[in-house]
Amino acid sequence: MYGKGLRPLSIATVAAILAAFSLVFFYTPLDADQGFIQKIFYLHVPLAITALVGFVGGGLFAIAHLRSGNSKWDAYSYVSIHISVIFGAAVLITGSIWAKASWGHWWVWDEPTLVSFLIVFLMYATYYPFRYAIEDRERQGRYASVFAIVAGAFVPLNFMAVRMAQSLVHPRVFATTNGGLPGSMMLTFLVCLLAVGLLWITLVKFELTAKSASGQVKRLRRALDAPAPGSRSRIAPEVG
Amino acid sequence: MLSLLAATPALPLDEAGKYVAGAYIVFLALLVVYVAIMAAKLQRIERELRELAGFAEQRNEQRAEVEAEHAEVGGG
Amino acid sequence: MTPSRVAFAAILGKDLRAELRTLQSLPAMALFAVTTFVIFRFGLDRTQLSGSLASGVLWATLLFAAILGINRLFVAEHEEGGFDAIRLAPIDRSALFAAKAAALLAYLLAVELVVVPVFAIFFLDSAAALPPLALVLLLADLGLAATGTLISSMAVNSRARDLLAPLVLLPLVVPLSIAATGALEPLLAVGGPGYHRFGTWLAVLGLYDLIFLLVGYAVFDFLLED
Repeated sequence: MYGKGLRPLSIATVAAILAAFSLVFFYTPLDADQGFIQKIFYLHVPLAITALVGFVGGGLFAIAHLRSGNSKWDAYSYVSIHISVIFGAAVLITGSIWAKASWGHWWVWDEPTLVSFLIVFLMYATYYPFRYAIEDRERQGRYASVFAIVAGAFVPLNFMAVRMAQSLVHPRVFATTNGGLPGSMMLTFLVCLLAVGLLWITLVKFELTAKSASGQVKRLRRALDAPAPGSRSRIAPEVG
Repeated sequence: MLSLLAATPALPLDEAGKYVAGAYIVFLALLVVYVAIMAAKLQRIERELRELAGFAEQRNEQRAEVEAEHAEVGGG
Repeated sequence: MTPSRVAFAAILGKDLRAELRTLQSLPAMALFAVTTFVIFRFGLDRTQLSGSLASGVLWATLLFAAILGINRLFVAEHEEGGFDAIRLAPIDRSALFAAKAAALLAYLLAVELVVVPVFAIFFLDSAAALPPLALVLLLADLGLAATGTLISSMAVNSRARDLLAPLVLLPLVVPLSIAATGALEPLLAVGGPGYHRFGTWLAVLGLYDLIFLLVGYAVFDFLLED
């Protein structure tokens, strides 16, 4: 039963998001140097952290899938990656807006974390055509799990390599680490991180529930010997 | 760490506000688009369930008719 | 259970012999690379390359030539039902991964043996950078062999297989490319080979190789299940 607990979870998510946005706009002081633009950060960074954790989670679910053979782990892996890709798109768009506001360009190659994230996003974007190209469902799940594991191993290597490629002459790095944040900003940041994290979990559960419902409809259809409808999803695992 | 931030200039508040608003609006827009897509899925599930319910009821009626015939033939 | 060494040697030998006999991939890869150099000569409007331009042109060309070979790596197995034979044979399936990766490495090195001197003749002032360059390429090819074999073995079982391998492989080798060109750029500098952060980049290449060889070895079993 995937839908169980979805209501309290979504209520908690809404509460967290309201609290987070309120803190961002009514409580935290303006940043001394960046000014109002810094507020984008409270959205951009939690989205990025959540997406990356989601990608790693997708890899962990994939390992569970390969070891157990239980296709529910494949569904968890697929949905984790799917929601993380959507969050990833949000990361890149908000990152681009911040870049335009800060430096006047819609994209900057000087910001290694953003560039690394672009590469990770491109990697996981190939997950869909990859799954779509493999016709046998069981094989599709296995190969997708291998992909998720390989891509998971790739993420830290990628961040390391891009950071190393930064020319040391160009210190136009925006310090995004938590180390420099004063107390009030830190609190807001953590609440935002919690809110975005809860949102991710809610959306994953939501998606799994919808898939499960579709799966139950198919099961009912088979049990009734009713004729099959026209369209079927060729990618994305079925949830029984 | 914060000294590095000094390299980036701050925009005046009204201009910066547009960018910040834009970022948060993009976030909300993506969320709403996701909800819309899920709504479409939900519609499809409802439609299929309705179709299957009709199919099951129809089949039950047919079975009831057949049994009624047998009862006539057998009992009468 | 046939020991892995024997299986490894057998599969590797079969592949290399087949390639030597039919010469399907190697000449095409080399020719592709040399022609691409000519395109770059005109595209960049340069007759001499150094530093970042040289390393970029060299690595990008070698990478795209490698993809030609990677696309063809498992085609023979797929068409002649070779996967079934390997599935049935009492061998450790990861031996197939090791053998195929070794074969791919051999192809890459063979192509580079021809292509790199041509690159030097076309664009470089001196051959002084070539020995350390060969070391960088060797480590980079190892990583390319590991990831290429892994992706190719999955792509061969799919539709649009020629499209899938490059699509998935290119983002995957970005860290490898960053490290390879990072090491190559100072080597190909105007004044003579420089070794700025050479050791660091080699270490990154080695780390990439290690990780993906291990990952490939670990998951390959799951790829051959029926």
